[in-house]
Amino acid sequence: MHDRTIAELGVGLAQGEYSSVELTRAVLEAIERAESLNAFITVTPDIALGQAEAADAARARGEAGPLTGVPIAHKDIFCTDGVRTSCGSRMLDRFVAPYDAFVVERMRAAGAVMVGKTNMDEFAMGSSNETSWYGPVKNPWDVTTVPGGSSGGSAAAVAARLVPGATGTDTGGSIRQPAALTGTSGLKPTYGRVSRYGMIAFASSLDQAGPMATDARDLAIMLSAMAGFDPRDSTCVDHPVPDYAAALEQTNLAGLRVGLPREYFEADGVDGGVSRAIESAIEVLREAGAEVREISLPNTELAVPVYYVIAPAEASSNLSRFDGVRYGHRCEEPVDLEDLYKRSRGEGFGEEVKRRIMVGTYALSAGYYDAYYLKAQQVRRLIRDDFSRAFEEVDVIAAPTAPSTAFALGAKADDPVQMYLSDIFTIAVNLAGLPALSIPAGFSGSRPVGLQLIGRHFDEERLLSVAHGYQQRTDWHTRRPGGEG
Amino acid sequence: MSLDADEVREIAHLARLAVDDADTGHHARNLSEILAFVDRLSGVDTAGIEPLAHPLEMTQRLRSDQVTEVDQRDRFQAIAPATEGGYYTVPRVIE
Amino acid sequence: MQWEAVIGLELHAQLATSTKIFSAASTAYGADPNTQACAVDLGMPGVLPVLNERAVRYAIRLGLALDAEVAGRSVFARKNYFYPDLPKGYQISQYEIPVVGRGHLDIDLEDGSKKRIGVTRAHLEEDAGKSIHDGPGTLTRIDLNRAGTPLLEIVSEPDLRSAREAVAYMKKMHSLVRYLGVCDGNMQEGSFRCDANVSVRPVGQLAFGTRAELKNLNSFRFVERAINFEIQRQIELIEDGGTVIQETRLYDPIVARRAPCVARKRPTITATSRIRTCCRWRSPRR
Repeated sequence: MHDRTIAELGVGLAQGEYSSVELTRAVLEAIERAESLNAFITVTPDIALGQAEAADAARARGEAGPLTGVPIAHKDIFCTDGVRTSCGSRMLDRFVAPYDAFVVERMRAAGAVMVGKTNMDEFAMGSSNETSWYGPVKNPWDVTTVPGGSSGGSAAAVAARLVPGATGTDTGGSIRQPAALTGTSGLKPTYGRVSRYGMIAFASSLDQAGPMATDARDLAIMLSAMAGFDPRDSTCVDHPVPDYAAALEQTNLAGLRVGLPREYFEADGVDGGVSRAIESAIEVLREAGAEVREISLPNTELAVPVYYVIAPAEASSNLSRFDGVRYGHRCEEPVDLEDLYKRSRGEGFGEEVKRRIMVGTYALSAGYYDAYYLKAQQVRRLIRDDFSRAFEEVDVIAAPTAPSTAFALGAKADDPVQMYLSDIFTIAVNLAGLPALSIPAGFSGSRPVGLQLIGRHFDEERLLSVAHGYQQRTDWHTRRPGGEG
Repeated sequence: MSLDADEVREIAHLARLAVDDADTGHHARNLSEILAFVDRLSGVDTAGIEPLAHPLEMTQRLRSDQVTEVDQRDRFQAIAPATEGGYYTVPRVIE
Repeated sequence: MQWEAVIGLELHAQLATSTKIFSAASTAYGADPNTQACAVDLGMPGVLPVLNERAVRYAIRLGLALDAEVAGRSVFARKNYFYPDLPKGYQISQYEIPVVGRGHLDIDLEDGSKKRIGVTRAHLEEDAGKSIHDGPGTLTRIDLNRAGTPLLEIVSEPDLRSAREAVAYMKKMHSLVRYLGVCDGNMQEGSFRCDANVSVRPVGQLAFGTRAELKNLNSFRFVERAINFEIQRQIELIEDGGTVIQETRLYDPIVARRAPCVARKRPTITATSRIRTCCRWRSPRR
């Protein structure tokens, strides 16, 4: 019963087919059976069953919403009060958060049941979920391959139908790319749509929290719960939160102006199978009456270098607080302050995190700040302006999410630049702060391919609506590993 | 931009990261590759372009000056590595 | 050889707000250690700064009183360095576009004349916590109650030419901030602190000499004494054939003389780096 969508479960619960407690038990059992995927860092059965009981009681009182009693998981980057929040790192292996993130508060308030914290690339730095202190996550479609990252655990948990929905975060593609590689749906909202309070910061001007699920309707249900004003995050906006699910039918695909960025479609290194799947997906939109046209985002090829200056720079600063003094890992018997810092941080952080901290420190240091960080911020404006111009001609931009499908575990381990290039289609979106999602669009061989849709700032309704329209005409989103769809 | 082991040590020091001598060469290579990659930006003409720090260029929301936080020392220090009498402690710093 | 002293003062005024600059924890003096340090002040993971409106108002009020340019758009930046009483590993301060720009303060000289002392800028920043090194045992103890207290750093032009002038300027600024209600000026409690930059040059020379920075000057008397001592020290050093090196010198009031100190909380030049926080604010005046 648990491998249904949030919407379906809502109906089942409302009709009394099962209780939230029964549902949650089934989910917890499924998670245990699927332990080898390594999708979870912490499972929270007691909390989950307590929340499930409360949800059943609320339903009995007539107080149930679309998420009441529905089991979900949180990426282990969100602080959960009283529960370990590791961020995939040894540095926080024993960090029990003393407060809840806004996203966690909101999901709980909506009645969702938290079954655990999902595995992720350490401090959200990675595109394969191989940098976690807790070991790599396996892609349920082929366990010798990666699920993508950094929200690999959430993506794998949803793809394997362990949970119908999970939260993720996206700084350079970390929701969309794992969604693409695991054949699931994931949305990165507009920067500022969802409060970042309690979400451990990687790159403050790029990070955003978002939902991951199997289809657009579920993304919409989750987003309505996750979004909202929070005075504790002064970068989040005070716009009212629409009922995204109610808005799903609002956009007609007929007449929708869809832009295909020339630079994305002409890029080197895109798998033939990915290209073909995307072409078919675009064809579906055309047949539904969309006006598809070519657009140009001329500064596309600068996006990855810009990101790999800005993100590490911001990260190096954000991670300075992890110093072994007030919380987190501290080395044994430090001889002096310098030793305390260097060994605590040296032991607490993995290789990729150290690499990015060093790149970031270099980019911010005296003598290099102007050449790197400042320069990158200037080019960032050019990239954002490319999108502004494009959105004068089109309403939605369509593109592949990733240049390839899931690659083998260990394949890119020693080649950071190669790994960085797999973010090529997702990164510019974060630089511009735009909303974007990835939905399943077919297969290349036996590996899922994701279609990315990018919208204007705060245009999540239209994005979700287009995704929903596509999903009404296709069934890729119903396919699951090892099962019929 | 090519870095050598000394520069890696300097950066690691600024970032307070312990790096084994055996690893500095490896880090130097990795960092040099990454920096070479981002060096593409140096050729871009950005004269007169304002840096973009916040994607939506929002202005800061202001908070009213009311005390709403309470003493949570016990809670916060329960997860601290070393405390004494309410203080956080570190090895003595010689000034 | 006739020498001229060139002095600039950096005054730090703790703003008399009820809460910290970026969090809603109390700024009341004298609380038990770490009882007024909330998650934001402790630099816990995932928490974020939210700017205190009154701190901004007070900064602008002082700016107006100094006849200064008040920025319509001002930006915060981070100064990154490691020290145990700096919980985030960076101090949120202002670098390129401070809230208050160029202004001036007129002081009364002993002969009854007035002298206009330029104010380069005044910017908002957060205070660090307190490190106590000389307690029992071999530990440094850290109290973060003070971390996040709003500071207004008021930087003067190097227009002062004697310790007396420096004290007159400092006293006038002290009166002003108290009169405006933006700072209680309690120097014992550290609400009003002074760093002095001192150099000497031969009379008639335009170029400045190398300056030394004097810190920990927490009374008017110490300021006068320390500056005079430093001027004398530099003159003697140069006349003996030595050169003044740029360094930070810590005033020791007990011994009533100063010893050079290792650069402590202030970073060395190579370690100063800055990153803009992705936030701006608009001056309420506009």
